[in-house]
Amino acid sequence: MKSGRRKFLKVAGLTAFGFASDKLLGNKALAAVKLLEPGEINKELETAGVIKGERLVMIVDLRKCVSEKGCTKCIDACNHEHNIPDFGETKDEIKWIWKEPYENAFVDQENFYMTEKYESKNVPVFCNNCDNPPCVNVCPTQATWKREDGIVMMDWHRCIGCRYCMAACPYGSRSFNWRDPRPFVKEINSEFPTRTKGVVEKCMFCEERLAKGQQPACVEVCPEKALVFGNLNDSKSEVRKLLKENFSIRRKPGLGTSPEIYYLV
Amino acid sequence: MYDSGKIITGLIIFILLFTSPVWYNLSSNNSLVKPNPVLPTKENQKQCIESTAFMRSNHMELLNDWRYEVVRNGERTYVSGAGKHYNMSLTNTCLNCHSDRTQFCDQCHNYVGISAYCWDCHNEPQKQESSL
Amino acid sequence: MLEYALKGNKKYWSWLLFLSIIIAAGFYFYLRQLNYGLGLTGMSRNVSWGLYIAQFTFIVGVAASAVMVVLPYYLHDYKAFGKITILGEFLAIASVIMCILFVFVDLGQPSRVANIFLYPTFHSLMFWDVVALSGYLVINVIITRVSLASENKHIAPPKWIRPVIILSIPWAVSIHTVTAFLLSGLAGRPFWLTAILAPRFLASAFSAGPALLIIFCYIVKKLTKFDPGEEAIKKLALIITYAMCVNIFFILMEFFTTFYSAIPEHIAHMQYLYVGIDGHTRLVPWMWTSAILSIASLIFLIVPRLRQNKKILLIACSMVFLSIWIDKGLGLIITGFIPTPFGNVIQYWPTIPEALISLGIWAIGIFLITIFYKIALSVRRVIET
Repeated sequence: MKSGRRKFLKVAGLTAFGFASDKLLGNKALAAVKLLEPGEINKELETAGVIKGERLVMIVDLRKCVSEKGCTKCIDACNHEHNIPDFGETKDEIKWIWKEPYENAFVDQENFYMTEKYESKNVPVFCNNCDNPPCVNVCPTQATWKREDGIVMMDWHRCIGCRYCMAACPYGSRSFNWRDPRPFVKEINSEFPTRTKGVVEKCMFCEERLAKGQQPACVEVCPEKALVFGNLNDSKSEVRKLLKENFSIRRKPGLGTSPEIYYLV
Repeated sequence: MYDSGKIITGLIIFILLFTSPVWYNLSSNNSLVKPNPVLPTKENQKQCIESTAFMRSNHMELLNDWRYEVVRNGERTYVSGAGKHYNMSLTNTCLNCHSDRTQFCDQCHNYVGISAYCWDCHNEPQKQESSL
Repeated sequence: MLEYALKGNKKYWSWLLFLSIIIAAGFYFYLRQLNYGLGLTGMSRNVSWGLYIAQFTFIVGVAASAVMVVLPYYLHDYKAFGKITILGEFLAIASVIMCILFVFVDLGQPSRVANIFLYPTFHSLMFWDVVALSGYLVINVIITRVSLASENKHIAPPKWIRPVIILSIPWAVSIHTVTAFLLSGLAGRPFWLTAILAPRFLASAFSAGPALLIIFCYIVKKLTKFDPGEEAIKKLALIITYAMCVNIFFILMEFFTTFYSAIPEHIAHMQYLYVGIDGHTRLVPWMWTSAILSIASLIFLIVPRLRQNKKILLIACSMVFLSIWIDKGLGLIITGFIPTPFGNVIQYWPTIPEALISLGIWAIGIFLITIFYKIALSVRRVIET
C-alpha cells in the first residue's frame, strides 16, 4: 500500500512535468507552421532595416560640438523620440545619450596641461555599439545581440533583467528600469513603445528610424552637424572620408571591444 | 487511512488554493460580463489584415511572430493572405483601426482572465480630446 | 522520512515559527518589490548589482564547501568524517536553494526566468552558472535521499551512489569556479579582472563553509545526542586553518599586484575599500573589521593549543565566517562598480526592504537546515522522536 501511493505520486508528478515541458517547447514550432497558411511573409521583400555587409558607425566631431555652451539638442531629441523618462534624481536615471566631462569619457587618456578647449569640454557619450561587444557575450538569453549591420540590439520581450550586460559594459552605456517609467515620460511619442520596469535599455542607433530611411534623431537635429552617421564598409561614405582625413580617438580602445563611435579631436 | 483528519483537511485547503484563480476572477465580476468587442466603424477600417476567423484563433501567434520578425530580424513588412502589405506594428497598424482597447481587446481578455502585459510598453494611439 | 520533521518539541516548533515570521516579512517586501520594481533597493544605474548578488556569491562558496568533508571520506576513506558528510551535503542543498532564491529576487523580470532554458546561450557564463547550480542541487538531493533512505532501513546504500558522490566533488569545485568566471572575465571591471579570483573564491569557500559546519556541529551536539567525533572536528579545524592561510595569502597577492603596478584604475578600487576616495568611506570600517577578524582568527587557528580549545575554536570559526562574509558578501561585488567606468564614485547601501528580503532568504536557508538536520539525526535515532 505504501509503495503504491508513492509510485502514484511519482508518476503523476512526472506526467505533469512532461505536459508542462511539451507546452514550453511545442509552441514555437506550432507558430511557424500555422502562420504560413493564410498570408506568407515574403522574405525577399526588401526593407531598409538590416542591410547585410554594413558596418554602421557614428562620428562625433568634438571640434564642432558646442555642448559646453549648454546645447542639449541631441539629448532632447533622443529623449523625446524614445520616451526616456525623467525621474528627477540620478539613482534610477535612464539615459541613452548624455554629456560627460572629457576626463570622465576618456578615463585612460587624461593629459595634464591639456589644451584649454578640452579642459572644460563636455563629450556626448552613448552606447558604442561595439564590434566585439562584451554585453552580448554575457547575456544569458540573447536578449541583446549584435545585428549584421553592426547595431547591438535589445529585445525587451526577452530580457529577464539580470543586469549582467550592465556589469559587463566597460563604458557604462546601459540603463535599467528600476521602476515603471511611464508616469515620468514628459510627452509620450506613440510611435515608439515605452518600456516596462525590469528591463535594460540603451541607444540602438535609432534602428527604427534607419528602417524608414531616416538618420538617427541626434544626427538629424544637431545644429552644428557635429554628428555623422554612416556605413564604414562603403568606401565612398562620408564617415570613411572623415576618418581618413581626421585624427580620431575612441573610448577605452585597449580593451578590445572595438567601439564604433569615433571622436574627432 | 492513517491521519485521515489531517489528510482530508490538507486536501481541502489544497483544492481551495489551487482553484483560487477561479474564485478571484468570479469575485472581480469580470467573468460574469459577457464580452462585447466593438468593431471599428469608419469606412476605411472595414477590412482587417486577415479574416475574423483567422484572427480569432491566431492573433496571439501572429503578434508573437511579428515581434520576433520586427525586433530580432528587422523585418517590418507583413504580406497578408490577400497580398496586401502592412507594417508589423501593434500600435501603428492594429490599434490604427481598433483604437480603443478597452472596447475591443480587453473585452474578451477580461472575460477569460488574461491580463495581457502588452500595454505596459506598447502605447495606445493618442486619443482625440474633444473640446467641451 | 519527511515525517521526522513533523515531530518535535516546543523548542523546535517555536524556532521554526520564529523563522517563519522573518520569512513572511521578507516575502511581504518581495511582493512590494515586484510591484514597484527593483528601485526599492539601493541599487542604481552605476552600482547595478548589490546585496542580493553579493549574498549569492558568498553562499555559493558555502554550498561548494561540502566537498571538504566528502572528499576525504569517499576518496580517501577517512572514516572520521563518516558522521558529518550528511550534514555537509544538507548544508550544500540549503545553500544552493538560497543561491537560486537570491538570483531570483534580483531579476527585473522574474516571470521570464524560463528564458534562460528556452534560449540557452553557451557563451554566457550566467547560463552555465544556472546549469552548474541546478545540477549540483539535483546531485546532492539524490545523494542525501539515497544515503538517508538506506540508513533508515539499516542497509548499505546501493553501489551506483558512489560514482554520483565522486561526481559531486569536481562539480562542487566547478560551481564556485563558474561563479568566479562570471566576474573575472569582464574586461570592463578591473577589480574583478584577475586570474586569481577563482582560486580566491575557492580558498574563502573552503574556510567559511567548514567553519559554519563546525558551528552547526556544536549546536547540534548541544541540542541532541549527536556527537560528530573529536577527530572529525579537529581535522575540519585543520582544514579551515590551511584554507584560511591560502585565503589571506591570495588577498595579499592582490595587494601586491595592485599597489606595485600602481595602475590608477586598479588602485582605485582597493583604495575605496580600505581608505576611501574623496571622503567616500562607507565600506572602509567594514573592510578593516574583516581584515582584523581574519588575522585574529588565523592566530587562533594556527596555534595548536588555541585551536584545540573548544571555546576558542568556536570563536575562531565565527570570526572566519564573519570576515569572509564581509569580504565576499559586501566588499567584492559592490566595489567592482566603484569607481564607475567614468572614474567617479557613486556609493551604495542596501535599503531596508532589500535587507529584509535578504534576511528572509537567509531565514529560509536556516529553516531548511533545521528540517534537514532534524530528519538526518532522527534517522540516526539520536533525538527522542
